[in-house]
Amino acid sequence: MSDPIIHMQGIKKHFGNVIALNGVTFDVRPGECHCLLGDNGAGKSTFIKTMSGVHKPTEGTITFEGRPMQFSSPRDAMEAGIATVFQDLAMIPLMSVTRNFFMGREPTKGRFLKRFDLDTANRITMEKMRAMGINLRAPDQAVGTLSGGERQTVAIARAVHFGAKVLILDEPTSALGVRQTSNVLATIARVRNQGVGVVFISHNVRHALAVGDRFTVLNRGQTLGTAERGQIDAAELQDLMAGGQELATLEGSLGGTV
Amino acid sequence: MADTASADERITTQSFTTRLMKRPELGAIGGVVLVTLFFLVTASPAMFTFAGIMNFLTPAAQLGILGIAAAMLMIGGEFDLSIGSMVAFAGMIFGVLVVNMGLPLIFAIPLTMGFAAVVGAVNGAIVLRTGLPSFIVTLAFLFILRGASLVGLKLFTNGSTQLRGVREAVAGDWLTPVFSGDAFGPLFRWMADQGWIASLNSGAPSVPGIPVEILWFLAIAAAATFVLLRMPAGNWIFATGGDRNAASNSGVPVRRVKISLFMLTACAAALVAIITVIDTGSTDARRGFMKEFEAIIAAVIGGCLLTGGYGSAIGAFFGAIIFGMVTIGLTYTGFDQDWFQVFLGAMLLLAVVFNNAIRKRVTGER
Repeated sequence: MSDPIIHMQGIKKHFGNVIALNGVTFDVRPGECHCLLGDNGAGKSTFIKTMSGVHKPTEGTITFEGRPMQFSSPRDAMEAGIATVFQDLAMIPLMSVTRNFFMGREPTKGRFLKRFDLDTANRITMEKMRAMGINLRAPDQAVGTLSGGERQTVAIARAVHFGAKVLILDEPTSALGVRQTSNVLATIARVRNQGVGVVFISHNVRHALAVGDRFTVLNRGQTLGTAERGQIDAAELQDLMAGGQELATLEGSLGGTV
Repeated sequence: MADTASADERITTQSFTTRLMKRPELGAIGGVVLVTLFFLVTASPAMFTFAGIMNFLTPAAQLGILGIAAAMLMIGGEFDLSIGSMVAFAGMIFGVLVVNMGLPLIFAIPLTMGFAAVVGAVNGAIVLRTGLPSFIVTLAFLFILRGASLVGLKLFTNGSTQLRGVREAVAGDWLTPVFSGDAFGPLFRWMADQGWIASLNSGAPSVPGIPVEILWFLAIAAAATFVLLRMPAGNWIFATGGDRNAASNSGVPVRRVKISLFMLTACAAALVAIITVIDTGSTDARRGFMKEFEAIIAAVIGGCLLTGGYGSAIGAFFGAIIFGMVTIGLTYTGFDQDWFQVFLGAMLLLAVVFNNAIRKRVTGER
């Protein structure tokens, strides 16, 4: 197994007297999908914000490509190759897919007057989207006309195009229907096969099991260990997420289908 | 997964009309057509002679320069209600520099622009720093600048609210023809001699040339459209207005974009001030009164959404032309001229309803 791209060891994060993270250890290798599971309030958001440079850890070390690293801003992390697709996707519905794709990083042409090279941008957008299995009507189609899953895919394709080595996906399937979820999961699998390390945040065990290679459960700000694919099943994961207690009573009435 | 075969079929289903419907300026172009038809029927034919067209394009140009800047700012997600007062304020600065201090235009114009840009930047900085709606912040500046123009004018003219003598002061300055009078005079003279255009009894052409503000108007519309659609900065403006957080997360310099746009609207106001002050030879504190609303109306008729992130400079260009046609056009008809405001309000309402429908169509909202 190859070395991890990013390794976070014993990460603690305190906000005043609130302990959001209390010793989290997590790593991602190239070409794997590492799922971070946890219930609401477990500290998932704080953790990914620490990973993507928004927060600085109170304690703990971050090793990026074998070297200790401290990100002082999301920009820093982005330039190093850590891309985060947050739930709001950073997409603007009224703008075209191309304009969204290259927002803030427009290709230019012309020597004196740096013009936005729309032809190149359109071509790349169409190509990348086709590679992700989405055929756009036209590159100037507004993002607002795309489905939730398609938007997610645009955001992922954009991150990968701009050189993401680690792709953090914050609950990418939480707001999606069944069909769109399977599309996004297929996209994740495709990106992983290109050698990108994917961090898949979810509280849905079935979605995680569908694409995950490794699984780490976060509970009350702590990691409860990491399991390889095949070593763990849905019921066990769910028990870990719930802290091993409350779910036992729920299980019966819901028939284990949470 | 979308199937590969359907891709090409779907392109053909997007008809020409559908594509046209997606252009933000469609409403304004439709408006120009409607208003033209209206005046073709009701107004005297003099309105659509060459002289008549120049007649309504001149006020349209003055408003349009403001309207295009206001449109760009609106696309960037902000308003500037201080542009009308800015015209008076910049007019005062310019008048004082030229008349009281006797500076040549080569210094007076950049200085006036600089003053305006600083005020615009202050506007923008306050909006960004406080997070207050630009509507309120620039409303404050509407009064501050108007009041400052009154006080300033009285100070520099010993009690008058009008500063005269600008024309005399700039006469002979080599830059004057760029900002006032008519362009292509000799060409028009020659065309009149050839009998291609109408001429007066004296033999001079009835239209002595194209008023320079119309050329500024055209140039600014072209430049603004180019920036919006073909420059990275244009993409940033749309992104900033569309969703500030999303833009900022994607690496768009949101603050710089907004401050620049506030500076742009202030400079557009200064340009209009310079043109009109040289043209009339004097400046007064009432100059630019209500222009902020007219500029925003032109931008909205031109397809700008009040929520930002959508619109076009070409739309504002046509919006301003509609404005000029209605203002001047009514004098060519038998209607009471005061219908103008009624007409304007109705146009605005129609434009907002239309734009809203278009936005839903574009985003696929239902």
